[in-house]
Amino acid sequence: MLGELPLDINLKHCKACGICYAICPRKALAGDKLGKVYMSDPDKCTKCGICEAHCPDYVIFVRRDKK
Amino acid sequence: MRPDLQELFRMEKLPHIWCPGCGHGIIMRAIAEAIKESGIDMDKTVIVSGIGCSSRAPGYMNFDTCHTIHGRALAFATGIKLANPELNVFVITGDGDATAIGGNHFIHAARRNIDLNVILFNNNIYGMTGGQYSPLTPTGSKATTSPYGNVERNFDIPTLAIAAGASYVGRGTAYHDKLLKDLIIAGINNKGFSLIEAISMCPTSFGRRNKLGNAAKMLELQKTAAINVKAAQKLPPEKLEGKFLIGELHNKPAPEFTEEYDKLIAKLRKEAEQ
Repeated sequence: MLGELPLDINLKHCKACGICYAICPRKALAGDKLGKVYMSDPDKCTKCGICEAHCPDYVIFVRRDKK
Repeated sequence: MRPDLQELFRMEKLPHIWCPGCGHGIIMRAIAEAIKESGIDMDKTVIVSGIGCSSRAPGYMNFDTCHTIHGRALAFATGIKLANPELNVFVITGDGDATAIGGNHFIHAARRNIDLNVILFNNNIYGMTGGQYSPLTPTGSKATTSPYGNVERNFDIPTLAIAAGASYVGRGTAYHDKLLKDLIIAGINNKGFSLIEAISMCPTSFGRRNKLGNAAKMLELQKTAAINVKAAQKLPPEKLEGKFLIGELHNKPAPEFTEEYDKLIAKLRKEAEQ
């Protein structure tokens, strides 16, 4: 059910720097064994966008509901 | 990436070549967001850069871009702006590019107060060539050319720019990306030389040698060491030790170079006609 995740993650561009899951205030993100990002707990995500703003490789895009 | 920002990037060139955890990517997006939000015409925007890690940025941005020789980005940009003053000219430069190799161009562009938006990516080191110390490497920090710690003192770029005559000076960090974006927008709206120092981080060449931890820890350091200039006014001086100021540091409009130049041409033409 990838389409329902709050984040769109382009893993092809991920360089495993670890900023996103260190900076996430709700710890909704985690690193896999290569250090690349994945959503460990999608329910915790509040779509604050801090990971999107601090990803140096533009991997993450927050799917915000259109109002 | 946000779909509305994609038109500002050369998407086929991404991912960029910067190291994992390099702060330059965050700053490049802040520039793109600032250009998008300020609403300036993309076809009337030129981005000029010199040489270095930071100066790779215009290669990924979908504008008329110019990757010039080391330290001379400001000299090229001065020529572009003077030849066609209606263009919005951005200069992306690094700490070594602007303050060591191009130090003279930097102070003279600020002195002339020519309408350029300079974004100086400060990662404290010459990253691309293997981590030699630059004029912005803090005293005591280790680099390949200072293995026992740097004995030189470092420049304070905003103070240098203000002293040289820049009309708008601000400083942001990769951590405070929203502030950085707002400063760049204010720089775009300022008619004159705008310098925005963007504190970046280099986990590969600087962080590793100085045991500052990984990229996330270096970003955290920016959060703790930075203090907004408005908050700093209320604090006693002893609380500001070891911290650096961010925010709008100087905003004093002054006569702009290309406008003054056009006025002179108009005046001389008038005199010749009489």
